[in-house]
Amino acid sequence: MKILEFEAKAVLREHGLQIPDGEIVTSPKAAATTTERLARPVVLKAQIPIGGRMKAGGIHFAETPAAAQAASQHLFDSEIRTFPVTHILVEEKLASKAELFLGLIYDATERTAVVLGSMSGGIDVEDDDGIVRCPFPTCLPVPSFVGREVALQLGCRGHDLLNLARVITSLIERFLTWDALLLEINPLVMTPDGLWWVADVHLELDDDALFRQSKLCKRLAHSRRILSKRSDFEERAHEIDRTDHRGVAGRLIAFDGDLGLLIGGGGASLTTFDAVLDAGLNPANYCEIGGNPSVWKVAELTKLIMSQTRVTHLAVIMNIVSNTRADLVARGVIKGLLELGCVPKEVIAVFRVPGSWEDECRHILEQHEIAHLGRESAIDNVVNTIRCPS
Amino acid sequence: MSILAFADTNILVQGITGREASTFTRESIHYGAHIVAGVTPGKGGQQIHGVLVFDTVAAAVQARSVQASIIAVPAPIVRDAAFEALESGIELLVIVSERVPRKDVVAILESASVKGTRVIGPNSLGVISPERTRIGMCGGAARDTRRAYMKGSVGIMSRSGGMMTELASQLTQTGIGQSTCISVGGDPIVGSTFADLLPLFEADEETKALLLFCEPGSTMEERLVDRLREQPSRLPIVAFIAGRFADRMQGIRFGHAGAIVEGQRGSPAGKAGKLEAAGVRVASRLSQIPEYVREVVPEPA
Repeated sequence: MKILEFEAKAVLREHGLQIPDGEIVTSPKAAATTTERLARPVVLKAQIPIGGRMKAGGIHFAETPAAAQAASQHLFDSEIRTFPVTHILVEEKLASKAELFLGLIYDATERTAVVLGSMSGGIDVEDDDGIVRCPFPTCLPVPSFVGREVALQLGCRGHDLLNLARVITSLIERFLTWDALLLEINPLVMTPDGLWWVADVHLELDDDALFRQSKLCKRLAHSRRILSKRSDFEERAHEIDRTDHRGVAGRLIAFDGDLGLLIGGGGASLTTFDAVLDAGLNPANYCEIGGNPSVWKVAELTKLIMSQTRVTHLAVIMNIVSNTRADLVARGVIKGLLELGCVPKEVIAVFRVPGSWEDECRHILEQHEIAHLGRESAIDNVVNTIRCPS
Repeated sequence: MSILAFADTNILVQGITGREASTFTRESIHYGAHIVAGVTPGKGGQQIHGVLVFDTVAAAVQARSVQASIIAVPAPIVRDAAFEALESGIELLVIVSERVPRKDVVAILESASVKGTRVIGPNSLGVISPERTRIGMCGGAARDTRRAYMKGSVGIMSRSGGMMTELASQLTQTGIGQSTCISVGGDPIVGSTFADLLPLFEADEETKALLLFCEPGSTMEERLVDRLREQPSRLPIVAFIAGRFADRMQGIRFGHAGAIVEGQRGSPAGKAGKLEAAGVRVASRLSQIPEYVREVVPEPA
């Protein structure tokens, strides 16, 4: 789960990190009022969950309340990489002596957590050759030497070194305590008085660990609301998945083609979708089913996929199933199609679900004059037999 | 021979009283696996399909000789179960649980590396040496597993558990058997990567070729390429990369740290190019695989 800047800053502030003074606003007028209160130049930042906001035009600067009002009006009127701007963070602009990049993340190659640091923070930091990289253990309490090591390697000495080391230690502690996948401060600004400020933050939490972060999640209500916004199609798929715990109907994404796809599991979905595009077919959706879904769930998903206006055919393709029962998938698909008033054999372009209960599956399909394709038909060969009228 | 999973490997199942675990325990026994004990705290003394349940791993390993443990407990307690297994000195952990928090995975692997324990997974369907044993649930019911997998000379490593059975089945149908097949796990961070497992296959006389199922993301394929560059393998390798469409539909990256860690790695097209440059034969269609493998594994006389 990606956390919006203003909510990430609010929780970081509670743990002793220095955050610039500012407010979250939802109107140009409020942006002007805040700028007036701050009585200094401000930065206006659209609250959208993307990286590279500066380059995408999501960040503006203003010297006066009037300028802040105009700039925020412009932001509220725009849509940045498909995200409408509804909230803007108005913050004091910091006088900077140095700008650092700090990133905490798991390195999948080394299978460890690492701090990445660079003295040239900013928008193109990944091109910097002098990036400091320091692994740290995942145990709490956090050993403080890691922060000192990074600060030293970044060229800090004396008080600067100790101050920066303290900031890094707190960040590591937050990263681990919150089950973050990414905690990135870019830039971390040093003001002329030698203090370090979190000017911008990217925080991403591990969805698989949210079960033990309920207290934190309550503080992140806005991020959750914005990020849980799905298209109606995805929302309906999510509802179907939630209503019945049997089986997984994960990752249903709509496209605008004529061929509906009921596919799974994960690796087979990737394989099938490639084959569909290679064959020049137009998919109506991406989908991953698995974990032995119930007849009801498959029927509802079938109806959802077929409800898209351009869909004329449905391909049902899975790898050899071991946990999922092929006969239940067949029952579900046919039930869904019959409930829509379709003739199953006219709609089903191919049905390939080999594996457990496949004899029963074949029998059910035969009653509707549909061929059951088995393990002897490779997934790409099955896809290549599909003919859609378009 | 084979690797990791041998006919005489004694297996412990942690979480054996769970619905899924008890099913795969029964089917594994039917397949011939030596499942010698189970662990579920508070249920010691019960029997699951004839397997005695213990309250702790220590009690289980005291009563039985155990070489491998399958961890099939709910995600929130995987860390605990893995630490318990590590503490008792079991040599091989196969973690089949899905959705384990990243921090827990890294903590388990940090500890495993100190103790020198091999970890497969998480989110793995297991390891199978066909016609000898399996550690996990790959292949499903014993009857289905026998149909899909056959003993032979091709090692398989797969990032997808379901597609591992699919690939093995394709080979089996054309008369090509497998030495050992490993579902390495679908998560971004797993205990054993392609590069980690390659030396084991190289040291196995039975293995004559390798087949890989690759997916977008992570640096598993790139790490293998690094290893092949440093030290070419005696084994011919065939690979299939699923999810090529991901290159056309890239999401927007959040933050810079990910880009620094992964660099330009992770894209399916990039992986294909690098694997080919390192001498790996990359099949662009799934159905080409048996033919490609047959070219490097001669028909037995």
